Amino acid sequence: MATQSSRFAARLMVAPSVIVLFIWMIVPLVMTIYYSFRVYRLLSPERNGWAGVNNFTWFFNSPDFWMAISNTLLLVGGVLAITIILGILIALLIDQPVWGQGPLRILVISPFFVMPPVAASIWENLFMHPQNGMFASMAQGLGMKPILFLESYPMSSVIFIVSWEWLPFATLILLTALQSLSSEQLEASEMDGASALSRFRYIVLPHMTRAITVVVLIQTIFLLGIFGEIFTTTQGGPGSASTTLPYMIYKQAVIAKDIGRAAAGGIIAVILANIVAYFLMRSMGKNLDA
Amino acid sequence: MARSVTPRRKLIYTVAAWSVALLIFFPVLWTILTSFKTEASAVASPPQLFTADWTLENYAEVWNRSDYQRFFWNSVVISVGSTALGLLIAIPAAWSMAFVPGNKTKDLLMWMLSTKMMPAAAVLIPMYLIFQRTGLFDTRVGLVLALMLMNLPVIVWMLYTYFKEIPGEILEAARMDGASLKNEILYILTPMAVPGIASTMLLNVILAWNESFWTITLTTVDAAPLSAFIASFSAPQGLFYAKLSAASTMAIAPILIMGWFSQKQLVRGLTFGAVK
Repeated sequence: MATQSSRFAARLMVAPSVIVLFIWMIVPLVMTIYYSFRVYRLLSPERNGWAGVNNFTWFFNSPDFWMAISNTLLLVGGVLAITIILGILIALLIDQPVWGQGPLRILVISPFFVMPPVAASIWENLFMHPQNGMFASMAQGLGMKPILFLESYPMSSVIFIVSWEWLPFATLILLTALQSLSSEQLEASEMDGASALSRFRYIVLPHMTRAITVVVLIQTIFLLGIFGEIFTTTQGGPGSASTTLPYMIYKQAVIAKDIGRAAAGGIIAVILANIVAYFLMRSMGKNLDA
Repeated sequence: MARSVTPRRKLIYTVAAWSVALLIFFPVLWTILTSFKTEASAVASPPQLFTADWTLENYAEVWNRSDYQRFFWNSVVISVGSTALGLLIAIPAAWSMAFVPGNKTKDLLMWMLSTKMMPAAAVLIPMYLIFQRTGLFDTRVGLVLALMLMNLPVIVWMLYTYFKEIPGEILEAARMDGASLKNEILYILTPMAVPGIASTMLLNVILAWNESFWTITLTTVDAAPLSAFIASFSAPQGLFYAKLSAASTMAIAPILIMGWFSQKQLVRGLTFGAVK
């Protein structure tokens, strides 16, 4: 429908977005690639030169590295599983005829508006703190010893906090999908004697596929870069028990002040993100079309 | 798919749904309540939901001890500024992608979203150096630019899904009547696109307000927003809970209230148009 000139105008209108995004992506990426092959330590600036692949081999040989990779994947996978399963259950519940659905949605969406450092420090101090936290008081009330959440179960605690932050997103998107499901279809199947479980399995769940795809895609993008929650609560510890790849890079850059190694870690993170993205797109991309 | 049920079942559902919702909301509620307690009753064991000695002292102290107003205004300028600039660049792009799609449009959108896959920590050093050398470090302009670019893919994508729902026939009819490109945008598209632009704007203000990697790493004093304000409060030794809660409440209250009022549009926007 477009003429030659309107087509040209259209390209012209896309151009600024593409150009600024390209620069925003390519300049830091090229610099990171360059530094990843350099010896560049802020604490000993006199030593510099090419490092070959030493920065990369340092990462692969570091015992923390595989821990960080598995923690990163655990965080993404754990939060996705928790938010989607709980999200479906809560959406099914809120979708039932209840009084006050508007205020209910407002309560449920609230954690989404809480910035990550605040969310992390609320959970760390007011709830998980071994002396003054609410969980400790509850444990004492039951005559048990308080659990040292962030010391004994650092990764699970971080996953728990991040899941709380992202549960509203998953729940509300799944709820939106659920509300567009026609009740006739469900009622018909109910009359035909389909059990609640098979109604869920064959009607409700297929209807939510697209919504689940959106939740997985968007959350993965944000979860791969999770940083603030770990920075505020465990700082990657104890030891490196809750160190993820972004946090390991941050430690190399800001604490060890080894720019070369941090850059190598950055490149590894980009590659990991691309691998994850590739599999996501391959397995779920088709759900998004049309 | 709401169906009619007996009042008894409705009551059961209501109680169950409200219990779950209150459980999810509880940490926020608890923080707000704690912010009005004295430090002593904030750590009372067993915890008290309500105390007799309500006080505003924590707010007064946080207000006096730190320059809350500066942090607050930085947050406002950065989130509103980056959203406005982002919309300015993204609206034409999304418009032309939706109405004059080429065979590469889908790929282009995917590529844009994929730029968000790069973990921020991975490019921390180059960003830091670039910001230092260009004088953008610890300036509001620098953060406006950084957050605009960070959220641009989301803005373009959201606007695209909204614009795509505007029927193309209307535009064709306008063109037949001799409307110029400018008039087409001004008189036909804009009124139809306003709701979509509004939810995109809301979501991006929230994302920018809550962004806490670049806002902390690329600022020290002058441009530091509320995320940095709260990060400076994380040394919870001694009797500190009520003040921490007051500071937390002050950091999240503006966006919480805005979010509550715009919750409907927001959820619609969050689905990226993929869920109806």
